[in-house]
Amino acid sequence: MKKIALNGAGLLVALFAAFPVYWMVATSLKPNREIFSSTPRPVPAEPTLEHYREILTGNLIPGVTFVDFFLNSVLVAVATVLLSGLVALLAATAVARFRFKLRTSFLILLLVVQMIPLEALVIPLFLMIQRLGLYNTLPSLILTYLGFSLPFAVWMLRGFVAAVPKELEEAAAIDGASRAQTFRKVLFPLVAPGLVATSIFSFITAWNELIFALTFINDQQKYTLPVAMTFFFGRDDTAWGSVMAASTLFTLPVIIFFLLVQRRMVSGLVAGAVKG
Amino acid sequence: MTTLTEATDEAAARETPARRSRRKVDRLPYLLLLPCLAIIAVLLLWPLGQVVMMSFYKLDSVRQLRGDREWPWVGLANYAQILGDPFFRTVLRNTVLFAVANVALTMVLGTLVGLLLNRLGKKMATFVASCVMLAWATPALTGTIVWKWIFDDTSGLVTWLFNKLPDGLSTTLFGRSDWTGYGWFNDPLLFFGILTLVVVWHSFPFIAVSVLAGLKSVPTELQEAARVDGAGPWRVFWSVTFPMLRPVFGILVVLSTIWDFKVFTQQFVLAGGTQDRSTFMLSIYSYAEAFSPPPKYGLGSAIAVILTVILLVVTALYVRMVLKQEDES
Repeated sequence: MKKIALNGAGLLVALFAAFPVYWMVATSLKPNREIFSSTPRPVPAEPTLEHYREILTGNLIPGVTFVDFFLNSVLVAVATVLLSGLVALLAATAVARFRFKLRTSFLILLLVVQMIPLEALVIPLFLMIQRLGLYNTLPSLILTYLGFSLPFAVWMLRGFVAAVPKELEEAAAIDGASRAQTFRKVLFPLVAPGLVATSIFSFITAWNELIFALTFINDQQKYTLPVAMTFFFGRDDTAWGSVMAASTLFTLPVIIFFLLVQRRMVSGLVAGAVKG
Repeated sequence: MTTLTEATDEAAARETPARRSRRKVDRLPYLLLLPCLAIIAVLLLWPLGQVVMMSFYKLDSVRQLRGDREWPWVGLANYAQILGDPFFRTVLRNTVLFAVANVALTMVLGTLVGLLLNRLGKKMATFVASCVMLAWATPALTGTIVWKWIFDDTSGLVTWLFNKLPDGLSTTLFGRSDWTGYGWFNDPLLFFGILTLVVVWHSFPFIAVSVLAGLKSVPTELQEAARVDGAGPWRVFWSVTFPMLRPVFGILVVLSTIWDFKVFTQQFVLAGGTQDRSTFMLSIYSYAEAFSPPPKYGLGSAIAVILTVILLVVTALYVRMVLKQEDES
C-alpha cells in the first residue's frame, strides 16, 4: 500500500518534470490542424516533419536560415570551450599539484567571482566591448563567455587533477621525463575525461546565454540561436509548430551533453558538503 | 589580492633562466595561474569596478561609452533618483517576495523529491530521476517558451483544461466559463505565479539530486533506529536526517537565493521583452533602464550595483559555509 503511494508520487513527479519537454517534441511533430484543434491530442495522430523542413529551409531574413544561426552558436560555444579548457587546465594543475602561498586566496577568489551576478556586468562589459571595437562581432561573445565559464571550469577540473595519483608523475620524473613531458604524457591523458566533462559545462553556458548576445550583436545574420529564437519565434504567437521544432533543435544537444556529465555538476557545486 | 599575484608573476617572467631554475618549484604555479587570473581580472573584476564607477556618471548615449563625449560626474544623484522613486520600491518588493517564494517552493519540492528518490525501488528511482534530469537540462530559454505555449490563450493546454471545467463550477469559482482568449500573462500576480512555476520547474531538480546525494552519503542506521523507536517520517526528518544534512541545505538555500534573485531569461521571454514594467524585478529593471531607448547607462549601473550589494551579503554567507567545510575535511 505504502509502496503504491510512493510509486504514484514518483510518477507524478516524473510527469511534472518531463511533460514540458515531451510536449515540445510532440507539438513539433504535429501538423497545424492538430496543434490548433480545440481538443489537443496527447500523441501526434499524423506525425509530420513539415515544421522542421520549414525552419531548416525557410529564410528567416533574406539569405539567412536557422542553420546559419545554429552555426553562429556552434562557433561561439566551441571557441569558448577550447579557450576555457586550456586556461582552466593550467590553473587547475597549479592548484591541485602545488602548495603555494596564495593558493587559498585563489580558491576563495574562484568562489567569490562565481557569485558575481553576471546580469550586473552587462553594462560595463558593453562599455568594454564598445571601447575595444568588438561591438557587433562574435568574438565579443567568446570573450564574455570565457570569463563566465572559467571559474567553474577551474573549480571542477581541480578535482580531476587531484584525483590522478601523484606517484605516476613522480615515477615519470625519476625516469628522466621533463616537467612538460610529464604533463603531456602522464597527467593530460588521465585528466582528459575530466576535461571533456568540464568542457561540456562551458559549452552549455555559452550555448544557452541570451542577455549578452542580445546586447552585443546588432546584425541579424550574426545572431546566435537564443537571440534568433526570441526575435523570430518567441514573439510570434501563431506559428507554434515551427517554434517548437526550433526549440527542439536548440534543446537536443544540451540535453544529450547534460546527461553525459550531470553527476559532476552536483559534486562540483556542493563539493565537500558531506563526508560519508 | 589579484594585483599582488600578478606582480609576482611579472617578476617571475623577468627573472634570468638560472635563477628561475633554482626557484622553479616556487614560480611554476604562479605562471600556470597567470592566464586564468588575467581573464578573471579583466572580464569579471574590472567590469565589477566599472559598474560602480559608471553609476556615478550621467551616461545617456553610446557615444559617451565610445569616449567621443564627456562623462558628466553626478555623484550620488543616480542613487538618489532611484531610491526616491516609489517604482523602485515596488520593484524591490517584487524581487524579494519572488526570491523568497521561489527559494521556499524549490527547497520544499526539491527536498521531497530527493527523499522520495531515496525510498523508491531501483528501477522506479532511475526512471523518475531521468525525467527530473530532463527538466534540469532544458535551457531556460526553451523551457520558458514551452510553458508559454502551454499557457497560450487559444490552443494552449491550460486554456483547454479550464474550458473543460463544468461551466457552472468555473463561473462560481472564477466568474467566467469561456477561457479562450484569456490573457494568462496580463495580470501581474498571475504572471508572477506562472514565472514561479517555470523557475521552480527548472530549479527543483538540482535540489532533489543534491539532497539525494547527501542522503546516500550519510549512514542510514540512525534513521532506522529512530524509526524502530517509533518516530514518524516527519520526526525522523527533522530530528535525524535534517541535522546531518544541515551543511548541504545551507549551501543549497544560499545558491538558490542567489539564482532566484537575478532571474532574467525566464522573465524576459515570458514577458516578451522589457515593455511591461508592472512585472519588473531588479535585474530586468537595470537592463531596461540601460538599454531600452532612451538609454540611461548610469542609472542602470546604479540599480545593478544595488543588486550586487544584496547578493554580496548572501555570497559572504556562502563562502563562509564552504570554507568551514573545507577546513573540516
